[in-house]
Amino acid sequence: MNQNSEALRQETESNRPVPKPSRVTTTSSRKEPHKKPKPAARKVVKTTLSYLTLLIVSVIMVGPFLWLLATSLKSGSENIFAYPPQFIPENPTLANFGAVLEYFPFFTYLFNSTVVAILTVGANLLFCSLAAYPLARMNFRGKSLVFILIISTMMIPFQLLMIPIYILALDLGLQNTYLGLVLPHATTAFGIFLMRQAFLTIPYELDESARMDGANAFQIWWRILMPLVKPSLVTLAIFTFMMAWGDFLWPLIILNDQSMYTLPLGVQSLQGNFSSNWRYIAAGSIISVLPIIIIFSILQRYFIAGAMKGAVKG
Amino acid sequence: MKQRKFTPFMFLLPGCIILGAFIFYPMIQAIWLSFTDYNMIQQDPNFVGTANYQELFADPLFWKVLGQTLLYLVIVVPALVFLPIFLAILVNQQLRGITFFRSIYYLPVVTSMVVVGIAWKWMYADQGVLNYLLESLGIISEPVHWLTSTSTSLFAIMAVTIWKGLGYYMVIYLAGLQAIPSDLYEAADIDGASKWRQIIHITIPLLMPSIMIVTIMSSISAMKVFEEIYVMTQGGPLNSSMTLVYYIYNEAFESLEMGFASAAGVILFIVTLMFSIVNIAFMNKREQAMKG
Repeated sequence: MNQNSEALRQETESNRPVPKPSRVTTTSSRKEPHKKPKPAARKVVKTTLSYLTLLIVSVIMVGPFLWLLATSLKSGSENIFAYPPQFIPENPTLANFGAVLEYFPFFTYLFNSTVVAILTVGANLLFCSLAAYPLARMNFRGKSLVFILIISTMMIPFQLLMIPIYILALDLGLQNTYLGLVLPHATTAFGIFLMRQAFLTIPYELDESARMDGANAFQIWWRILMPLVKPSLVTLAIFTFMMAWGDFLWPLIILNDQSMYTLPLGVQSLQGNFSSNWRYIAAGSIISVLPIIIIFSILQRYFIAGAMKGAVKG
Repeated sequence: MKQRKFTPFMFLLPGCIILGAFIFYPMIQAIWLSFTDYNMIQQDPNFVGTANYQELFADPLFWKVLGQTLLYLVIVVPALVFLPIFLAILVNQQLRGITFFRSIYYLPVVTSMVVVGIAWKWMYADQGVLNYLLESLGIISEPVHWLTSTSTSLFAIMAVTIWKGLGYYMVIYLAGLQAIPSDLYEAADIDGASKWRQIIHITIPLLMPSIMIVTIMSSISAMKVFEEIYVMTQGGPLNSSMTLVYYIYNEAFESLEMGFASAAGVILFIVTLMFSIVNIAFMNKREQAMKG
């Protein structure tokens, strides 16, 4: 790992000049006189080096997944512990996938994960933007106190709260329920903060003219403001989705009924059920990442833009 | 027209009920529990004063775990602050297909830690790919028991935390890089500054806000590391890869010592609070900067 990172760093440094072409295009006329003309060959070498670096890093970032995939495709007759490792399966087969699906209720887990993610995202979009509205656009006594209290919840680690929340959830009969999985994350201070920022950017004249037309506060929020903050809603939705979809600790605590397991817990249980059958563990893991890979490849633009916008999250 | 007095509170109510029930109330209860002998078996918690804290501070495992958590922080945070800068510079080039590479590097971020942990457990196997590669490069002479040796397990897990976080922080830096005006580099070019000097004197100073954010975010998340440990080693061998949150989880949900675990949780809170205070101060500054 360290070796790779070191190699990556040196590579990166050696070909940093490449961003230049983009800049040259914008200011070429001003810049040309100062520059020695660059031979095309040098540019080709630099571009090649860039792609080489990009490829090496790509191998580091997807290699472990590809190795898992290769293992999942190996037939029962092939030694998966062969040394040196056999990167390409001799007789690729989907048999492991078929076999693991018999014991691994993938669709149950997928359904549970989907329900939990949708409910968590929906609750956050609704509750966070409701709470953010008065904080951004109304004046009332105690406003800054409320805001400070909400923001201060970002500082409290869930790992401290999980014990009392667990006791509370048992008292409320929320063990092994969707509600139990969703409620503790149904509103986040980050979401309220993000939506408040979004509402602050909208001109007040819009509220005023709607109020003249007789709209009440709720109508202004729903009809005027919400359509205007769609980009922030998308950011919040993706953030919340990632959090809910990948959450492990809270489901681990609150669920003991296998039929309620979400995907991460289901995959973890593969390790126990097929203690050393790595073909099945690999096949199950690969199946379990397919949904998020598909969602990501469709919405990658929003994922990455969302992460850029959400950089303020604590 | 005047809004009615309770209107703001109607909007605030649902969110605040949830935050109250699942953050403020548990927060107070966690502090209270840390002064009791509550365990799941006997129902009524008895007040025991600071006994849990005394027991905690007398537990050699607690100090070992705290030390390992801080070691985690000391290694993972610098790696996650600096490596993604170079990754961001790499994918900030105007090349055909660059968004494809950005997505590839972001892939570990969207994948659940459980699958990442499994994939790496398989990479780390005694007869696994990593040992093979290092052996063929002549770096090691015999297979290393990455996850089953007390001297390497913690570091092997750190590498996974770093690997999974690279893409996330890369994107934050990418946003920062794209905000740097390109004429600065052009001026440096004209002055004949080398690319390396440009990184040191232009890129790094202008990325400082992003570097601050990444430092704080990666510190807080390194303090709370749990999943990779649960999936890959369960804290073993001989507690050599156990960190504070894993310790809390173990005490609370394996030993059912809820009161004692809450005391350890309060310690976690105090440590993360220090990072968070810096975070909030920084966010306020940023918000004011954006307004002004």
